Amino acid sequence: MSSAFMSRTGALMSKLAIAASLGMVSQAATAEYALNMPVGVTEISREVYDLHMLVFYVCCVIGAVVFGAMIYSIIAHRKSKGAKAANFHHSTVVEIVWTAIPFVILMALALPAAKTLVKMENTRGAEMSIKVTGYQWKWQYEYIDEDVSFYSTLSQDSNFARQKNSGVDLESVDNYLLDVDNPLVVPTDTKIRLLLTAADVIHAWWVPDFAVKKDAIPGYINETWMQIDEPGTYRGQCAELCGRDHGFMPVVVIAKEPAEYQKWLAEQKGETAALTTEQNVAASLALAAQ
Amino acid sequence: MSHAEAHDHHHGPEPGFMRWLKTTNHKDLGALYLMFSLAMFIVGGLMSLVIRAELFTPGMQFVDPQFFNSMTTMHALFMIFGGVMPAFTGLSNYLIPIQLGAPDMALPRINNMGFWILPIAFGMLLSTLFMEGGAPAGGWTLYPPLSMQTGDAMPFLVFSIHLMGISSITGAINVIVTILNLRAPGMDLMKMPLFCWTWLITAFLLIAVMPVLAGAVTMLLTDKYFGTTFFAAAGGGDPVMFQHIFWFFGHPEVYIMILPAFGVVSQIIPTFARKTLFGYSSMVYATAAIAFLSFIVWAHHMFTVGMPVAAELFFMFATMLISVPTGVKVFNWVATMWRGSMTFETPMLFSLGFVILFTIGGFSGLMLAMTPVDFQYHDSYFVVAHFHYVLVPGAVFSLFAAVYYWLPKWTGTMYNEKLGKLHFWLSTIFINVLFFPQHFLGLAGMPRRIPDYSLQFAEFNFMSSVGAFAFFITQFIFLYNLITTCRGKWEKATDQVWEGAKGVEWEMLPSPLPYHTFEQQPDLSDYEPHPTH
Repeated sequence: MSSAFMSRTGALMSKLAIAASLGMVSQAATAEYALNMPVGVTEISREVYDLHMLVFYVCCVIGAVVFGAMIYSIIAHRKSKGAKAANFHHSTVVEIVWTAIPFVILMALALPAAKTLVKMENTRGAEMSIKVTGYQWKWQYEYIDEDVSFYSTLSQDSNFARQKNSGVDLESVDNYLLDVDNPLVVPTDTKIRLLLTAADVIHAWWVPDFAVKKDAIPGYINETWMQIDEPGTYRGQCAELCGRDHGFMPVVVIAKEPAEYQKWLAEQKGETAALTTEQNVAASLALAAQ
Repeated sequence: MSHAEAHDHHHGPEPGFMRWLKTTNHKDLGALYLMFSLAMFIVGGLMSLVIRAELFTPGMQFVDPQFFNSMTTMHALFMIFGGVMPAFTGLSNYLIPIQLGAPDMALPRINNMGFWILPIAFGMLLSTLFMEGGAPAGGWTLYPPLSMQTGDAMPFLVFSIHLMGISSITGAINVIVTILNLRAPGMDLMKMPLFCWTWLITAFLLIAVMPVLAGAVTMLLTDKYFGTTFFAAAGGGDPVMFQHIFWFFGHPEVYIMILPAFGVVSQIIPTFARKTLFGYSSMVYATAAIAFLSFIVWAHHMFTVGMPVAAELFFMFATMLISVPTGVKVFNWVATMWRGSMTFETPMLFSLGFVILFTIGGFSGLMLAMTPVDFQYHDSYFVVAHFHYVLVPGAVFSLFAAVYYWLPKWTGTMYNEKLGKLHFWLSTIFINVLFFPQHFLGLAGMPRRIPDYSLQFAEFNFMSSVGAFAFFITQFIFLYNLITTCRGKWEKATDQVWEGAKGVEWEMLPSPLPYHTFEQQPDLSDYEPHPTH
C-alpha cells in the first residue's frame, strides 16, 4: 500500500515538474499529460479549441491586470509601511470605463463563438445518418438505411476489473473503462449526422476529440454532426448522470478511410442478417419452451 | 452570551434547552442558524470525503456505484440547503437588526418557526440513507426520468425540499419586512451597509424562486405516485421541461448563495483598508443588475439538451453579460484597497482570498458561458472545479471571514489571531490542491459524477483527494478557535473591535452585544456611514 502510494506521488511530482517546465498549455504537455482540452480531429473541434484558448488567454490578461493591481496594493499600501489611507470613494469616469471595456471584450468573444455555434448546429448536407440510443447502461447504434445495428457495452476486461476489490491490476487492462465490445465504426471525410435518443433515462453522448456532446433524451430525437479528418480510435463517455453504472458506458468510435469503412459495412450486413435469423430462432424456441 | 445573561436580569433568556426551542430573539436564532449550518457542513463534508476516498485511486475500493451517486446527491443537498443558505440566514438574523438600529427582526415567531423547520427537514433527508432503495441518487438536480427511479426515499426527499423552501421563504420575508419597516430614523436605504443591501435583493430572489422549485418537485411526486405525466414522454410529458423549471430556480439560487457573500466582503475590505468602500452606489446597482440577469440565463445549464440556435445564442449573450456587473464589484474592491492603509487580520485574509479565488471561478464561468466551448466543458470535472471555486473559496470563505469579523462583537472575546491565520493559509493551500487539478481533469475528458475513472486521470484525482482530506482536517483549527472564543478563553474584545470598523454595531454597541439591543430607538439622522455623493 505504502509503496503504491509513494510511486503514485512520485509519478505525480515528475508530471507536475514536466508540466511546469513546458508551460501548462504547450502542445507537448497537452498530448502527453492531458492538462488541456484535446485539439481534436474535426474542423469544429479545432475551432472550439481555438475559442477555448482565446477565452483562456483573455482571462489570463484580465487576471494579470486585476491581481497585479491587487498584489501591488497589498505590498505597497500596508499600514506597517506607514501608508496613510487616501480619501477617494468614487469616480464616475473610472466606473464607466471599467463597465465599457469588459463589454467590448465580451463582444469580441461572443461573435466568433456565435459563428462556430451556428456551424455546429447546422446538420444539413449530411451524407449519412446514425441513430444513437442510450440505455442503462449501453449504447445502441443503428446505421439508417443500411440495416446495420448493434449494441456497444463496456468491454469484458474492464467490466471484470471494475468490480469492487477485483484485485485486477488495472494497468494490465486495455484502456480501462474506455473500451467497448462493439465500437461505432464510421468513415472519415464524411459529414455524419447523429440522431440521439434514449430508451429509459437521459444520457449524453460525448467524444472530446469531435467536440460533440449531446443529450440523448427519451421522447426526443436530438441532432448533431461530425466530419472526422483522421482515421483512428476515439474514446469518450456518457456525460449525463444516468444511474448506477453511469461511469461504465463508454463511447468508442473507430474512424476508417471510406473504402475500408465500406468493406466493414458489407461484412456487418452479412453478420446482422445471420444474427437476426439466429435471434429469431432463439426467440421462437423460448416461446415454444413456455 | 453568558455575560449578557448576567447583565440583563429582566429580559434574559430562560435557561436550558427551552430557551433555544422557544426563542424569538434574533441573536439566539442567528446563533442557532449558524450552529446548524456548521453541523450540516460537517455532515456534507464527510459525504464529500466518501466521494474523494473512492476517487483516491482508480478501481472501486469502498462503495457501491449506487451509494456513490447517493453521496454526490446528498453532499450537494446538504451543502447548499443545509450549509450555505442557513449560514447566510443566520448572519442576516444576527446582523441586519444591529446594523439598522432595529430592536429585533420584524417577525420573531415566524423567525423561530423558520429555523426549527430545518432540523426536521434535514433529519428526514438524512433518514433516507437507511431506506429501501437507498438515499436519492439521481443528482441534486433531480432530473427525471432518472429521479423517478428513486426508491422509498422519494416522498421524503420531496417533502424535505418543501420544508427547506418554506424555511427559506420565511427567512426572506423577515429580511424584507425588517429592512423596509424597522430601520431606525435616519437610516436611509442608501446609508445601509452593503450586507443589508445584498440580503434585501437575495430575499426577493428567494421569494421568487423557492416556490418554483417546490412546484417542480411536487410534479415529480405526482408523476411517481399519482399517475400524472408532467415529465414522462410516454404520457405526452416533457423531461426537458423539468430542466427548464429546475434551472429557473437553480440559477437565481446560485446568486442567493453568493450575493450575501459580496455584502460581507464589501464590509470587511473597507475596515482593514481603513478607507471608504469605493463606489457604494455602483455596488448596489451591480447587485441589482446581477439579480435581474440571474432570471434570464437559466438555460446555460442545459446547452446540450438540444435547443434552437436562437435560444442558445440568447442564453450565451445574457450569461456573458453577467460578468460586467460582477467585474464592477471586483474592480470596486480593488479600488477600495488601492492607497488604503491595510492590515491583514484573519477576516481580511479570507476576504482577499475570496476576491482572488472567486474571480478565478468567475473566469471559468465566462469560459462556460460560451456555448460552443461549453459543449466540451459541460458535465465534466471542469464544471465541478468551476462551481466549487465560487462556492468554497467563494461563499464559504466569506462565511469564515464574517465569523472571524463579527465573532468578537458577538462574544466579547477576541479569537486567537495566530490560529486564525494558520486556518486561512492551510485552507487556501489545500482548497487549491483540491479543486485546481479538477480543471485539468475536466479538460482532459473526465465526466463528473462517476465513481471510477480510466488511468489517465489517476494523478490529478489523487492530488485532489489529498487536498480534500487535508482541507477537512484543517477545519478543526477553526472549530477549536470558535469554541474557545465562545467560551471566553482569549483576550477581551474592545467595543469597536477593529481600528477601521465603521457602522452602527461597531460605533454604538458594546461587545459582547446585550441580549436586547436598542430598547430605545436610536436616532441616526446625523449618522454618515459613508459619503453619499
